[in-house]
Amino acid sequence: MSAPSVASVEQFAGKGAARAAARKRGRVGGSDRRPRWLTYVILGITLLVAFYPLYYAFLLASSTAPDIARNPIPSLIPGTHLWENIQRVLDADIGFWNAVRNSIVVAVVQSASVVLFSTLAGFAFAKLRFRGRGPLLVFVIATTAVPTQLGVIPLFLVMKQLHWIGDLKAVIVPGLVTAFGVFWMTQYLEGALPYELVEAARVDGASMIRTFWSIALPAARPAATMLALFTFVASWTNFFWPFIILGSSNPTLPVALQLLQATFFKDLALIMAGVVLSVIPLLLLFVVAGKQLVAGIMQGAIKG
Amino acid sequence: MTSTQLPAVGRPPADGRELRPPRRVGFSQTLGRWDVKLSPYLYISPFFILFVVTGLFPLLYTGWVSINEWDLLKGQGDFAGFDNYANVLQSAIFWKSLRNTISIFLLSSVPQIIIALFIAAVLDANIRARTFWRMGVLVPYVVAPVAVALIFGQVFADVGGIANTVLDKFGVDPVGWHSQVLPSHFAIATMVNYRWTGYNTLIFLAAMQAVPRDLYEAALIDGAGRIRQFFSVTIPMLRPTMIFVIITSTIGGLQIFDEPRMMDQFGRGGSDQQYLTVTNYVYQLGWTNKNFGRAAAAAWLLFLLIMVVSMVNYFLTRRISSAEQMTKNVKRKKVRS
Repeated sequence: MSAPSVASVEQFAGKGAARAAARKRGRVGGSDRRPRWLTYVILGITLLVAFYPLYYAFLLASSTAPDIARNPIPSLIPGTHLWENIQRVLDADIGFWNAVRNSIVVAVVQSASVVLFSTLAGFAFAKLRFRGRGPLLVFVIATTAVPTQLGVIPLFLVMKQLHWIGDLKAVIVPGLVTAFGVFWMTQYLEGALPYELVEAARVDGASMIRTFWSIALPAARPAATMLALFTFVASWTNFFWPFIILGSSNPTLPVALQLLQATFFKDLALIMAGVVLSVIPLLLLFVVAGKQLVAGIMQGAIKG
Repeated sequence: MTSTQLPAVGRPPADGRELRPPRRVGFSQTLGRWDVKLSPYLYISPFFILFVVTGLFPLLYTGWVSINEWDLLKGQGDFAGFDNYANVLQSAIFWKSLRNTISIFLLSSVPQIIIALFIAAVLDANIRARTFWRMGVLVPYVVAPVAVALIFGQVFADVGGIANTVLDKFGVDPVGWHSQVLPSHFAIATMVNYRWTGYNTLIFLAAMQAVPRDLYEAALIDGAGRIRQFFSVTIPMLRPTMIFVIITSTIGGLQIFDEPRMMDQFGRGGSDQQYLTVTNYVYQLGWTNKNFGRAAAAAWLLFLLIMVVSMVNYFLTRRISSAEQMTKNVKRKKVRS
C-alpha cells in the first residue's frame, strides 16, 4: 500500500500536514531520501555562477580603469571608487535619472494595463459564453507564438505619422496587452473561479462589470500578481524597440546603458557602475517577490 | 473542458423559455440582456484591438513594405516586386547573419537544456532550504540582456578579460572571443545561457515533480539506479515540457538582437560581421542604410523561417504527445490487469 500523494494530503489536511507527509515519504528510501553533500556542492557552484558575474560588475564599478587594466581578475574585496563612479554616471550627458524615471513609468503602466486587460479578457474567455469564443481563444493561443518583434518597420512608420518618435508613448502603447497574459489569466480563472459564484452574483442582480469587479478580480489576485511581476521584468529589461524608437534624447535604462557604452567604451569602471545601478531595482524586487516569480514559472510550466 | 457541461452564466435562453422568474421587468431587463450579450465582447476587445493595431497589422504590413521601394526619410517609392528579396538573398552579409543566428541559437539552446535538466534533477531531490536554491538559480533572469552583455563582454574581452587570463594560466593561447567567428558565438551564447538556464531549470523542475513517484518505485524494484531512473523514467516523461521549452526558445533565439548589439560599442556585428545576427541585419538595413524595403524583406524572411521551424516543432510535438497517450493507455491496461 502506498502513502497518499503529497498533493492530496495538502488538499485535505492543509499545508503543514502535507509537509509532514513529504518528510515521512522522504525517509522511506529510494530517491526521496535526504541527498548527500555532493548535491549541495553542485548547487553551491550553480549559485556561484549565477552571482559571480553580478559581483564582478560590482567589483569593476568600485575600481578604476587603470586598476582593471592591471588586474583582469579583480580581487574579491571591492575597491573604494564606487560612489565616485556612480556620481560620474549620474553626471554623464545621457540623462540617467530621466532614464530611471522612464523605465519606471513604462514598467508600471504596462504591468497595470496587461493585468487589467488580461483579467478582463480571461474572465470573459473562462466564464462567459459568447459566439466565437472558441476560435477567438485559439487565435489568442496561436498569437503567443507569433514573433511580433519583426513588425518593427511598420510600427516605426506608424509612430512617425503620430510624431511619437522619441516619445515614451511609443514604447508604452505596443506593450499594453500581451497574448500570453490573456492565455495565462484564462487558464487560471477556469480553475480558480467557480461558476456558482458568478451565477450567485448574477442572481443577486449584479451587472456584468460588477460581477467582474467584485467576484472575478479578487479571485484572480494570485495569478494577477505573478503576471504583473513578469510583465514588469520583461518591460524593465526590454531593449530592441525602445532602442529603435527612443534614441539618445529620451532613453529607458537599457538604452541608457547602450549610450554609456557608446560614449565611454574605454571607461569600464563607469560603465559597470551604470550596470550596477540598472540592476539594483530588479534585484530589490527579486528579494521581495522572488518566491512568487519561482512559483509563477513552475505553475505556468505545468499548465503550459 | 468543464465549461461545456455546466450551466452557462448569462446565456440568453435558447428556446425563449426563462430559466427562472424574471426579477426585473421592462426596460431594465432589456438592458440586462444587452449587458449579458455585449459584455464578453467588450471585455476581450481591448486586447484584440491593441493586439491587431500594434502587433498583427505591423507584422503583415511588413510584407507590403517589402515589395516596395521604401526609404526611411522619403517614404514609399515605386513598386519593387521581389527586387528587395532578390537583393537580400544575393547579399553575402544576409547569409552570414543567418549562419551566425543559427550557430548562436544552437550553442545557446542545446547546452542550456542539458544543463537545466541536470540542475533540475539535482533540485528535485529532497534538499533542505529548497526555496532558497530555487530563487538562487532564477537571479540572472532579472538582469537585463544589455547588462548581461556588458558584463560578459568584459569577461570575454580579447585583451584583459577573465576568460583569456584564466586560459593563460593554463598555458593556452588567448582566444579571440570577439574577433573570431565561433568563439564570438560562444561568448554570445554564454550570455543567453546565463540569463535563461535558471528559468528553464524551474520549468523542468515543475515537470519532474509532476512525474508520478510510483514510476520511480517501480524502476527501483526493477533494479534501476538513479542514473538509469533519470534516463529511463524522467527524460521520457519530460518530453512534452522539453518540446515546449524548445519551441519558445526557438522563437526567441532566432530573433536575438541585444547581446550581439552590445558586444562592442559600434554595433555592426564585428569587423567582419562575425557575430551579426539577422535581426541586427534588419536594423542595419532599416536604420543605418535607411532602406526600409530591404529591411522589411529580411524581416519577412526571418519570420518565414521562424514559422517553418515552429511548424516542424508543432508536428513533432503532436507525434510525441500521441506517443505519450499510448504510454498512458499502456499504463491504464497494466492497472486493470
